[in-house]
Amino acid sequence: MKGCEIVVDALLREKVEVVFGYPGGSVMDIFDALYEAPIRFILTRHEQAAAHAADGYARASGRAGVCIATSGPGATNLVTGIATAAMDSIPLVALTGQVSTPMIGNDAFQEADIVGITRPITKHNYLVNRVEDLPRILKEAFVIATTGRPGPVLIDLPKDILRAETSVPYPSTVKLRGYKPTYEGHPQQIKRAASEISKAKRPVMYVGGGAIISGADKEVAALAVKGGIPVTTTLMGLGAFPETHALSLGMLGMHGTVYANYAIAEADLIIAIGARFDDRVTGRLSTFAPQARIIHVDIDPTSVHKNVKVDVPIVGDVKQVLRELVKLVKQCDDAAWIAKIEEWKRKHPLSYSRKGGGLKPQFVIEKLRELTGGDAIIATDVGQHQMWAGQYCKVVKPRTFLTSGGLGTMGYGFPAGLGAQAAFPKRLVVVISGDGSFQMNIQELSTAVNCDLPVKVLILNNHYLGMVRQWQQLFYRKRYSATCLARNMMCPAICNGTAGKCPPYIPDFVKVAEAYGAAGMRVKTEGEVVPALRDAFKTRKPVVVDFEVAHEENVFPMVPAGASVTEMIEGVELV
Amino acid sequence: MIYFQDGYREMKHTISVLVENKFGVLARIAGLFSGRGYNIDSLSVAETIDPTVSRMTIVAHGDDRVIEQITKQLNKLVDVIKVQEYAEGDSLERELVLAKVHTGAQTRSEVMQIVSIFRGKIVDVGHEFVTVELTGTEDKVEAMLGLLKPFGIREVVRTGTIAIARK
Repeated sequence: MKGCEIVVDALLREKVEVVFGYPGGSVMDIFDALYEAPIRFILTRHEQAAAHAADGYARASGRAGVCIATSGPGATNLVTGIATAAMDSIPLVALTGQVSTPMIGNDAFQEADIVGITRPITKHNYLVNRVEDLPRILKEAFVIATTGRPGPVLIDLPKDILRAETSVPYPSTVKLRGYKPTYEGHPQQIKRAASEISKAKRPVMYVGGGAIISGADKEVAALAVKGGIPVTTTLMGLGAFPETHALSLGMLGMHGTVYANYAIAEADLIIAIGARFDDRVTGRLSTFAPQARIIHVDIDPTSVHKNVKVDVPIVGDVKQVLRELVKLVKQCDDAAWIAKIEEWKRKHPLSYSRKGGGLKPQFVIEKLRELTGGDAIIATDVGQHQMWAGQYCKVVKPRTFLTSGGLGTMGYGFPAGLGAQAAFPKRLVVVISGDGSFQMNIQELSTAVNCDLPVKVLILNNHYLGMVRQWQQLFYRKRYSATCLARNMMCPAICNGTAGKCPPYIPDFVKVAEAYGAAGMRVKTEGEVVPALRDAFKTRKPVVVDFEVAHEENVFPMVPAGASVTEMIEGVELV
Repeated sequence: MIYFQDGYREMKHTISVLVENKFGVLARIAGLFSGRGYNIDSLSVAETIDPTVSRMTIVAHGDDRVIEQITKQLNKLVDVIKVQEYAEGDSLERELVLAKVHTGAQTRSEVMQIVSIFRGKIVDVGHEFVTVELTGTEDKVEAMLGLLKPFGIREVVRTGTIAIARK
């Protein structure tokens, strides 16, 4: 077989159903081999979107996402998508073309050292030097991407390798002496954890994306219920424990609930599960959970002791470890602790004011949640709308909330939603976006329409790069530098939104949607929200709904960067 | 041991890493250190008796948490087969140094004496300099270089430390 045929054969053997990508000179042989292969190919309009779509496919389905790009600019355009996947531990196999081996290093046309460029943002990567190595490398790539702590793997494929012949067969197993992920937790450590839990008076489970990757939602619930332990999740962990459950504290951290952050501050035991003590979660480290002993379950040893000192580390697969741990934990119910949390919940619920400034973005998300009942797959972009989505979506199932947590990539949501829709053609996929983020991959409307991926894009349009504007308002004396998206050359040099006579907002998202052959709607008042959403969900094609929302609404509660999690700014409107 | 002005000290650690003998592995390791802000004091690489495996000896400094992270991050690389961290006394450590020392007719014998105290060798002699070869621990090398410094050292080339476990 030729190299390019080995690639397609490997995709078939790995049961890849969908591939996202963009062709170009050095990958033409792969595309030729794909032409009649029983694999759905989705042509995005930008390579970055191909990587995000493969990522969204992987997050929604739990299987490796595959994307293809050509050498040079095609490959470098994948970089943001690969880094996004790496930060959130998403299994991705990225195939890039490369100039022929004799030309490598000569600054040939469309040559880039993509293996060098992506070394720090992949779990592993390869440049294929000999066609004989290709079957083994392809197999290794799928194994490495999907096992242990998953992550992106890139294979760089020189054009002459893709055209060369070999009879080396596709291996069924891999031999990697330097790669042995630990799945089983140490029994002694699990015993220690169980005894810590039985001694604790004020325990909290802090659950991250690792629980979703591991498929451990049932085990998380079992531990919470048996031990009577309240559960807070990170942004990445949304869906690992139903937010409608009485023990749920919702999201913690910078924009988490007051009661989740209070619970962490008062806890005497934190059970961290597939989470990595990110700075957006912990706030100032020295004041994070000051009274608590810490149990940390994670498959990646480098996550343990990285940011906080852990009392009981357990390296292993979350699902396997929790299954053993649940057996050892005694039935328990700390009435005093639960009562305290209930009181915090009553005193400090998530809230916003429906008055002032127009339609409130939180209201839109609440209505979306009511209409879909938590059944839709939600993909978000990055910024204020992402945090409101995290707060108000009340996620109940794993793999239904797709968001760029680690890297915080604007432009992620729409292509990720397309990937999720490709994985589940019959399910409702809703993208919650902002007017800034959506414009970063707006060209994918073509992909959505042409490939019949009828995602519903809800733009919470406040005419601003809202999260940056919020920080400017709170920490930069309301100096709105470069955050107003309506601003043009006619505006006064200094403007903090009060000058009036603002220029019309461009683009007109309704017309843009229509120009691409999608449906466009505009919503300005509360009364229009539910009918518009109903309409959008009934429409058999992609829909963009432009919600004109309050321009200067802020995300609260908020823990300022570097502050202690108990130093929250609550829902007060600051001037 | 590295001492800072405020009394804070960081231990030097010798880390011995077995890696796949493939191109790009050195870049992965070097990139890991630079990308995560760890300091390398020295690094030496060569093939082992198994031609598919290379050994890297890395000397780095940092507090315990940093060194723990370095070892774990190294282990996480797919091309890394084994990581051993040697505590002081666990390993034999050697470094090779070549130094060109300025000498005239008057000072040559004095330089030769110093070198012989350290069981070094003079491997080249010229009118204005001698080239000295010495193997030893880093401390020994530093001590000899310190004594030779007043004569004027034109050039020093050091291999960096290599280490082998005692047991």
